[in-house]
Amino acid sequence: MAEVSLRKVVKRYDDVEAVRGIDLDIADHEFVVLVGPSGCGKSTTLRMIAGLEDITDGDISIGGDVVNDVPPKDRDIAMVFQNYALYPHMTVAENMSFGLRLKHYPKAEIKSRVAEAARMLDITDLIDRKPKQLSGGQRQRVAMGRAIVRNPKVFLFDEPLSNLDAKLRVQMRIEIKKVHQKVHTTTVYVTHDQVEAMTLADRVVVMNKGKIEQIGTPNELYHNPATRFVAGFIGSPAMNFVPCRLEEAGGKLNVRLTDRLSFAMPPSRASRYQNVPKGEKLLLGIRPEHLTEANGHAAPGVETFESVLDVTEPMGMETLVYFTLEGTQVCGRVNPSAGARDGAPLRLAVDLNNMHLLNEGTGAVL
Amino acid sequence: MSTLAIDKAGPTRKVKYGSMKRDRTWALRWSYFFLTLFAVFSLVPPIYMLITSLKSSAEISAATNPWWVFHPTLSNYIELLSSNQFLRFFWNSAWVAIIVVTITMLISIPAAFALSRMKFWGSATLATGVFLTYLIPDSLLFLPLFKMFAKFGDWTGIELINHWYVLLFVYPTLTVPFCTWIMIGYFASIPKELDEAALIDGASWFQTLTRIFIPVALPGLIAATIFAFTVSWAQFLYPLVFTTSTDQLVLPVGITTTLIKGDVFNWGQIMTGALLGAAPPLVIYAFLMDYYIAGLTAGATKG
Repeated sequence: MAEVSLRKVVKRYDDVEAVRGIDLDIADHEFVVLVGPSGCGKSTTLRMIAGLEDITDGDISIGGDVVNDVPPKDRDIAMVFQNYALYPHMTVAENMSFGLRLKHYPKAEIKSRVAEAARMLDITDLIDRKPKQLSGGQRQRVAMGRAIVRNPKVFLFDEPLSNLDAKLRVQMRIEIKKVHQKVHTTTVYVTHDQVEAMTLADRVVVMNKGKIEQIGTPNELYHNPATRFVAGFIGSPAMNFVPCRLEEAGGKLNVRLTDRLSFAMPPSRASRYQNVPKGEKLLLGIRPEHLTEANGHAAPGVETFESVLDVTEPMGMETLVYFTLEGTQVCGRVNPSAGARDGAPLRLAVDLNNMHLLNEGTGAVL
Repeated sequence: MSTLAIDKAGPTRKVKYGSMKRDRTWALRWSYFFLTLFAVFSLVPPIYMLITSLKSSAEISAATNPWWVFHPTLSNYIELLSSNQFLRFFWNSAWVAIIVVTITMLISIPAAFALSRMKFWGSATLATGVFLTYLIPDSLLFLPLFKMFAKFGDWTGIELINHWYVLLFVYPTLTVPFCTWIMIGYFASIPKELDEAALIDGASWFQTLTRIFIPVALPGLIAATIFAFTVSWAQFLYPLVFTTSTDQLVLPVGITTTLIKGDVFNWGQIMTGALLGAAPPLVIYAFLMDYYIAGLTAGATKG
């Protein structure tokens, strides 16, 4: 087991820069998830750690040793691929033991390690089957088993759950977390699914256009996003962004959305935004769960306003409501008993204690 | 009026439902028709050969129905199979085919692996180049090749021409490019992640080839083997040019040169020899047919 660190790592394909100088330190035993939209450079970064891609510039070290020119087989890593990449002509046991057999481990040890991993992943019964006789979830377990038996310094996962259906994905997500709790191997996990990132990671690395947008624990990213990209990417449904301006009236700050609609800045946030230039074009960032039906009880920082709903989406435990504010579609989450109907008016409450202000031009969260 | 409206709205029963089955029946009829036609077309020559091989020379030249044997005899078979010369041809052919197949596989498999997987400068051009060499017809190549071997003999004193083993150098010019091309296709259909997984598992390139690629692409390998065997077994022009002494001849050339004396055609034995010569590829096809078909259709769908 080991820590992994990336120093100013760059990957250039001809004239396309896929990864643009990223710095990242992954501690021993840590579970780090690289997340971002497709083409953000997350997979390339993972493949560079694996040694499957050369790095154009910078340094990658595993366990303190720079591995820039070390071939994959000597990096002591194991990788789980999106399409499983099981050897089709070998049985499950042979697939799992392939790496150990290449390294001429004693037969007894190979057997016990495979049995141990199979028990951990609950695939003991499948050990003599060929990959084509397995379901997607079982194949993914075998792929994980192949990584576990090697007992490597680092696990690398490249979108391992993307080929599974939604239900199985949730199940395997828990499975992966359990495995990590048992073996504690340093793990780098790539996904485009922010839910996977939030649920699995000790720390999440949000990437966009070849750069790291923000690194933090899931809660940090959720509650204190650094940029508009992170704010919009983490959380589902996504954070709403409504154009607004700050006003100062009688020593108090107001967030003005439209001519008719403005909210008083709650005291909890006032000091933070005191120095933001007034009148500048800003975005009010507010998560759907902080836009709920008004319940008549006044609370500090909670303001109410009238809306006319465009669309409602009943989800069972809640109803998502969509309405238009200043030409922007806004999503809120209300109680199913709030009586939200398509096209009907509804009085909504916005919890400004959880608001964010963003610079419209730079996208920076203020 | 309301009835009229309903009538208009209802389905007009012009289309006959259940026509799926009818279409299928017709499709089957046509396929059987053409398959039968094709079977007759391709089976008539070997059947005629078989009939002729069972006749005596006298019956062949007699003006009787050529499609029937009135006095069947195995004399042609007995004569050929007890002739040392014919057995010699057979062994020459067998040796040439087996060694050429081995040489071809030893060159083609690593070449295809390198061209399909190890990205190096000019690998794509080289892959196309390999195929282009196959497109040059042997009738264009035999003269320069003959010249080359003659010169080689002059310079080194090693006489290759008029020895059966010269064919071991000549046939691979036909088999290696094509087999390499086939194998490139098969190797390319193996997902990239599979060799990456092997690399990470600690396999060298050679181990990736022998322990992953060759077993996974086995159907393709068998297809290539059959091709190489068929080419070297049935090749006519090259052995005709490069070998002349009777004891160095391979089967196809041996049959035509020794059984046709001047303008006398020993038809019975020619047909027998041709039939016996066609037997080994037939046996191989029969055994490997399942693999061969799997090989031909592999890569047609993702899987």
